[in-house]
Formats: sequence, C-alpha cells, structure tokens
Amino acid sequence: MSAAKSITTRPGWFRRLWALSTGRFGVIVVAVIALTALVSLFWTPFSPRQTDIADRWALPGWPHLLGTDATGRDILSLIMAGARTTVVVAVGAGIVATIIGVALAALGALTARWIRESVAVLVDILIAFPVLIIAMMISAVWGGSLWVVIWSVGIGFGVNIARVTRPELRRVLHSDFVLAGRAAGLTSWQNLTRHLLPNVAPVFIVQLSWGMAIAVLAEAGLSYLGFGAPVTEPSWGVLLSDLQRYITVHPLSVVWPGLAITLTVLGLNLLGDALREATDPTLSHGRDPLNPPRAAIRHVPGVRA
Amino acid sequence: MIRYALTRLALLIVGLVVASVLIFLTLRVLPGDLAQLIAGTNATPEQIQSIRDELGLETPLWTQYIEWIGGILRGDLGTSLLTGSSVAAEIAQKASVTVPLGILSLLIALAFSIPLGVVSAMRRGRAAGTVLSVGAQTLAAVPVVWAGMLLVIVFAVWLGWLPAQGFPRAGWREPGLALRSLLLPAITIGIVEGAVLLRFVRSATLQAVGQDYVRTAAAKGLTRNQALVRHGLPNVGISIVTVLGLQVAGIIVGAVVIEQLFGLPGIGRMLVQDVGNRDLPKVQSELLVLTGFVLIVGFAVDLVHRIIDPRLRQAESE
Repeated sequence: MSAAKSITTRPGWFRRLWALSTGRFGVIVVAVIALTALVSLFWTPFSPRQTDIADRWALPGWPHLLGTDATGRDILSLIMAGARTTVVVAVGAGIVATIIGVALAALGALTARWIRESVAVLVDILIAFPVLIIAMMISAVWGGSLWVVIWSVGIGFGVNIARVTRPELRRVLHSDFVLAGRAAGLTSWQNLTRHLLPNVAPVFIVQLSWGMAIAVLAEAGLSYLGFGAPVTEPSWGVLLSDLQRYITVHPLSVVWPGLAITLTVLGLNLLGDALREATDPTLSHGRDPLNPPRAAIRHVPGVRA
Repeated sequence: MIRYALTRLALLIVGLVVASVLIFLTLRVLPGDLAQLIAGTNATPEQIQSIRDELGLETPLWTQYIEWIGGILRGDLGTSLLTGSSVAAEIAQKASVTVPLGILSLLIALAFSIPLGVVSAMRRGRAAGTVLSVGAQTLAAVPVVWAGMLLVIVFAVWLGWLPAQGFPRAGWREPGLALRSLLLPAITIGIVEGAVLLRFVRSATLQAVGQDYVRTAAAKGLTRNQALVRHGLPNVGISIVTVLGLQVAGIIVGAVVIEQLFGLPGIGRMLVQDVGNRDLPKVQSELLVLTGFVLIVGFAVDLVHRIIDPRLRQAESE
C-alpha cells in the first residue's frame, strides 16, 4: 500500500506521534477499542444476549462490573460487543470516504478544465448536505441498517476529504518531481499512484481519522433515531436509546455507553490532530496540540449526532 | 460587490437545483415497485394503484420532477401520503417549535463560546487556558443525545428545575411554559455546538494575537488586552461569521435528534416519523426545505462576510 509506505519512509513518524501527549492518548484509545472489538468476538464476561430477569438493573459491582439493563443483560458485555459495530462502521465509512474522496479529488485536480471546475462546484454543493439528511434519504428508501451509517458518513465525509485533498493534489501536481516523472515517461496513472497519492497521503490519513470519529458519533445518533443498527444488533447507539427509556429510574446505566462513545471519538479526534503534526513537516514545533488545525476543514455540517 | 453577489446567487441556484435532483432521484430510483414498497406487503392491488396515481408514478420521471418543482415554486410542497394534509402547512406549524429552538441554541452557543474561546486563547499555556481547551475538545466528542440525557438527569430528574419531556399543548399561548420546555433542549444543542465553536474562536484569536497590526498597536502604547480588543477581536468576529453557516447546519441536525429525545413536536421529529413511515412525497419536500435552508444560510453568510471584511472589499476594487 503506497499510502502506508510513504509515511513509514519518513523517519520516526511514529516516535514523533508518540512524543505528543495527544498522539499517545489517541493511539492508546484506538488500540484499546480495536482490541476490545477483537476480544469480544471470542469472549465477553457474559453473553451480550443473555437475559436474566431476576438480576435486572443490578448496580455496578460483582459480577456485573457496569450493572445490568432492563432485561438483566450485562452492560459491560453489551458495550464490548458494541465496540465491534463501532469498528465496522468506522472502517466501512473510512473505506467509502476514501474511495469517494480520492475519486472526486482526482477528478477535480487532474482532468480537463471544465470537468475540474464542475466537480469543484459539485463538491461545494454536496458539502452543504448534512450527513443526517443523506442518512434520511437513504433510510427512507432502504430502511435503517448499518449500511445507512456507512454510506451516509462515507459520502458526507468523502466530499469533505475531496475538498481538502484537491488543492493539495494540485500543489503536488505542479511540483518538480512530478514533472520529472512525466519527463521520464511515466503515464499519468503511474504518476498518480507513485508520486501524487503518496504525497497527499498524510493530509488524507489525518482527514480519515477525523472522519472515523464522525462515523462513531453518527452511528450513535442514527441508531438512536432508528436509522442505524437494528435493535437486535449490539451497538452503543442502540444501547443508549434502550437505556434512555428508563432514564428517570435508572440514570446511572446510561452513563456507560455514552462514555464509551465520547472516549472513542475523543481518541480519534486527538489521533487525527497528532498525526497531522507528526506527518506535516511544514508545521513548526512551537505547536499547540489542543489548537484545532486551521487549514483543514474539520467540522462537517450535520454530523454532530 | 454586485458582480460577486450575482455569481454567488448563480451558485446558490445551481446548488438548489442539484440538491432537488439528488433528493428526487434518491427517493425514486429504487429496486422494485415504489408504490408496493410504500403500501407494504399487506396492501390490496387497489391501494397500490391509488398510491401509484397519487404519486404520478406512471408518468416519466422528468414530468414527475417538473411537477414537484413547479409546485414548490408556487409554494405548494405537496400533500402527505398518509394524512393527505398540506406539507407546507405542517412545516409552518412545526416551525413554531423548531425555529425558536434553533435561535435559542445558537444564542447559547455564541454566548458561551465567544468569551470562553477568547479567554482560552489569552490564557494559553496556563491552567485556565488548558482546562478550557481540554474541556472543549472533550465536549466536542460528546454525542448530542447523551449530553441531553445527562442534562435531563441533572436538571429534570435530580433537581426538578425543568421538564424532562414535552411541549405545552397550548404552545406559545403559554409563553412561559413553552420557553421552559425549550430551555433544556436548547442548552444541550448550544453547549455541544458551542464546544466546536469555542475551538474555532480560540484558534482565530490566537491567529489575531500573532498579527502585525496587533503588535503595532501594542508598540504604540496600548496594553496587550486593549490591542486585542480594539484590533484583534473585529477580525475574530469576521472569522466567526464565516463558520456560522456550518453552525446552523449543525444546529438543524442537533434539533432533529434533540426533538426526538425531548419529545418536542418540531420539524425534526416530524421528519424522523415521516422517514419511518416512508411518506416519500412529504419526506422529499421536507428534505428540500432543510437543505435549501442550509444552502441559503451559506449564501447569506458569504455575502455578509464579503460586506463586513474590509480586506475582501479592497481586493474587489483593485
């Protein structure tokens, strides 16, 4: 994969990432979530589907570390199993966003002028479509499922990636080494895969990290509204809406899934911020890790779900 | 300026057309029979046929589209498949909840993010600045639904100050009650959106502090704070205007989720129900109204930005 290679060839990018407190936090959180999702495939303290009416609404303690819900299911197990859904949605949305983003950015940067300009206008228009609106369009027709989340975030964020990557792609396009490549007889496709994409990869991966954070938020919001995961699926959003019905009587239980979502989103956001610093050679070192990046479009309308 | 406004207006119109085509096609290009899908599996052939007639499904796609758009241009947003009532009338009625909710949310977001954002930038590297930054970064990662639930737990369940759910049946004829039931939802949207805005204000302020004109002002004898307030903040203000469009989009989305959580009879809740019921003619008009609103706000924001930013005015005259 050329994208990964381009970063690894930069000496010590991971060490630079690790040196940032935000980077460490992001890496650890993302690793923990991924590991939890993996472990939950083989083992959870209880079965996430196993109900036990006698033990409903158990308070946090032993053996139910985070307590149980209205049907006596173990909340910790549900959250662990929900991590799987979160990972699937984040990765799925990331892949869709990558494909759409690269395609639109390439069309907007490398083609004939009129196509280029029309794509740019189209991207400007599409960017105004909130992810939630896209999700509603899809789910009005195909009904609610995790695909709705993956596609709506993928499209919404793909457009965003295209908008950020396009100028970067054009900048690299006019650089000397691309010209040299062309002079050496590379076709434009070879030039794209060998020189252009690896050079915009850092910008891209940073965007992807933020996009995945948005996917996690969107999964929660859309599943809550009934457009996302089906109620039978273990998902943080579904769990949140399940527990919300009893919020006046059992307020504590609703804290856990929300905490899981917040932590994951925070981890991915900070990872994106830190990756940006670690991979961008032009950023000065008098940096401020908590300061949101200025040049990048960070806030995608309509994904604060 | 006029030239810019006209170009931007053209872009807005193209945007509205593209949006309407996308919404229309997504809701029409379906595997299988749309009428069958809407009617469900238990429908009689007569019911399906009547839906087909109602939607004009047997005419070509582009006539259907023209008819829809023609209606919208005349102010007719169509009728609901389920209830037969006018979509425009329903939106207008539900707007009496959603619009005040949106305005209140925006005011709350601005009221807390601007001062705190500036403070967070000025106190950068010190305890107060770090706390504010970490807080905003964390708040920006909180799902709106969850923030709403936590606020309900604290202010409705424990303290009992504000209602946890609902909107008075009498609506705005009981302004006190209506406002009270909108307060918690608006605070929820306001703080989560405000956290995003706070980070933006902070970075705009930091940028302004580093500008030459602020240093010059300080050099000619103003204190750092005077220089910032007099020369820096107007520029921060201009930057805030540029992201207002995004904020409005965020608030609309927040309202959809929050109306559901708080059981408010607004546009968002209606839309969620209509999507669930597959009331496609209604959904299509509602989505266009919302998207159109976002596009129009973006247009207005760009124009205002152009007018208030002296640098852009100057660029024009050169």
